[in-house]
Amino acid sequence: MLVRTEGLKKYFKVGRDQMLHAVDGISLGIEQNEILGLVGESGSGKSTFGKTLIGLHPRTGGKAYYEEQELPAKFSAADHLAYSKNLQMIFQDPYSSLNPRMTVLDIVGEGLHIQGQHTKSQIKEEVATWLAQVGLNADHMSRYPHEFSGGQRQRIGIARAMIIKPKFVVCDEPISALDVSVQAQVINLLDDLKNSLGLTLLFIAHDLSMVRYVSDRMAVMYLGTVVECGPSDEVFFNPQHPYTKLLIESNPEPDPKAERARQHASIKGEITSPINMGPGCRFADRCPSATARCSVENPKTKHISDQHSVTCNLFD
Amino acid sequence: MSEMDDTFKDNVLEVENLNVEFSTYGGVVQAVRGVNFSVGRGETLAIVGESGCGKSVTVQSIMGLLPTPPGKITAGEARLRGNNILNLPAKEANKFRGVEIGMIFQDPMTSLNPTMTIGDQISETLMVHRHLSYSDASAKAVALLEKTRIPEAKKRAAQYPFEFSGGMLQRAMIAQSLACNPSVLIADEPTTALDVTIQAQILELMSELQKTEDMSIILITHDLAVVAKMADRVAVMYAGQIVEMGTVDEIFYESAHPYTMGLKEAMPSNRKDRAKKLTPIEGSPPDLFSPPAGCGYFARCPHAMALCETKQSEEFILTSSSSHFSKCWLQHPEAPKTDGLFQVGDDHAG
Repeated sequence: MLVRTEGLKKYFKVGRDQMLHAVDGISLGIEQNEILGLVGESGSGKSTFGKTLIGLHPRTGGKAYYEEQELPAKFSAADHLAYSKNLQMIFQDPYSSLNPRMTVLDIVGEGLHIQGQHTKSQIKEEVATWLAQVGLNADHMSRYPHEFSGGQRQRIGIARAMIIKPKFVVCDEPISALDVSVQAQVINLLDDLKNSLGLTLLFIAHDLSMVRYVSDRMAVMYLGTVVECGPSDEVFFNPQHPYTKLLIESNPEPDPKAERARQHASIKGEITSPINMGPGCRFADRCPSATARCSVENPKTKHISDQHSVTCNLFD
Repeated sequence: MSEMDDTFKDNVLEVENLNVEFSTYGGVVQAVRGVNFSVGRGETLAIVGESGCGKSVTVQSIMGLLPTPPGKITAGEARLRGNNILNLPAKEANKFRGVEIGMIFQDPMTSLNPTMTIGDQISETLMVHRHLSYSDASAKAVALLEKTRIPEAKKRAAQYPFEFSGGMLQRAMIAQSLACNPSVLIADEPTTALDVTIQAQILELMSELQKTEDMSIILITHDLAVVAKMADRVAVMYAGQIVEMGTVDEIFYESAHPYTMGLKEAMPSNRKDRAKKLTPIEGSPPDLFSPPAGCGYFARCPHAMALCETKQSEEFILTSSSSHFSKCWLQHPEAPKTDGLFQVGDDHAG
């Protein structure tokens, strides 16, 4: 395992005596050169998990390991400097994640600059190489973010993360702000980089079809917990957890005949907010198969095959 | 297909040769360049395309929501039951917009007034257009919220937008748009900001209300999966023009424009036998400051011919019922055969 968490927790304090359990005990491992897809509704804690994993949020509990070495619970400035060489992040919003007052050269080259092992001209050279690698014109490095389209900005974000040759990258919804034709460009780029650099990725997205397409394994999150995890095709075509089943049934596909034949079983209600969570399964109030037991007893994680696990009381 | 043609014979809304420009510091952007379409009664027409293709500008022009200046409708007509509704003064426009044509927007959070309760925002519509008293309008607002299945509608009507989730806000906005029983509902990316689970709920709500209220829907989206689920007919827009239009099956199974093909191939399929690589559409859309003389898709098209660069294609009709056309020279009888592309003379799969 290149990266691994054990019961990772991240709570946020919201007002007096109120705790928001954004990530509540997640144990996941990601192998070297693997893409793990993380899906779930907004508010399920996907991004918080990714950020806590690489130290952008201090964690509340549990452990996180990189190359079997425990990561500090709260990163100091020195920790950030040390770990950011290997742990990087591509952010969701290509509009707000680039400083509008910095040129592309400054943005993409900042990582190298901070590491302090390159001269200015070396940095410029590297930036030019990376801009070309992500399909941007190297002549554009003196431009500012507002001069680029959404897809181009996302590439700038990718170049910024990749230029220091990290081993592990958290991609937080890297394509959801992009047009369909551009999504495919970015996905193929990530795939190429994975193969050429031996990258390991945590791919966070809410687009199930895309996650299934991109990832080797897929984990499904609901209110801070992972409810199902397994090889992508297995989770997608043979979902076991009631939530995963409903999620996949809600996912439309670009095929009118299949859509007309689809059984309409949209999921009831909305995701609640995980403030001061009580015991019991978090999905119990929306779950069509819930029993009395589900609202009092925390479900345990069971392995239904070597790689496929489900956290649900129905599987006892 | 013939059954469908009969159903949608009486067109509620017709748009003809719509041209819209924006004057900017950089010059004049020709955002919409000669768009024609019609929407039949009870029909759902989806307009698909990428950002900047002019799909939102098209419906904003129809609704009289185009900011003028910088926007300007330079040519064309839009007829609601035969009456032109383009370029009307606000007073005239208010007789149909929000009344005969309702609209819901992509981002419900910024489309509703944060300082007014949800109930009041819906009542306002009724008080302005239907001249109801405040108390009657408030009661009707609660009924409308119930119709869009907002639980505890009475309590919710007294709440402000920030107290609503994204999905609930979209329901509230639908309730507002239905206030005056419109015959056309324009939905501009109604579910783009929502999760798939909530998207499924909202889309099902829209289809249901469409039946009970006997509405036509114009659905603006970039998501082909949503199109497959909702649309009867589809217009594919690129660089300010409709490049292909047809029934949903024709567009998906008999795609006759390389851009439509490109969009389909750029999406991951949900089939088990996935091809390992997605096929992106390389390049980017043309600069509409000076639109190309020929086909807008020329620079990105894998099948482009010399003719495409200099001369715009006519709209080649592919079916006897003339429901399906493609604005592409490959449909010319003398054009070479192209693998995978549906062309004039091909057999219909049915």
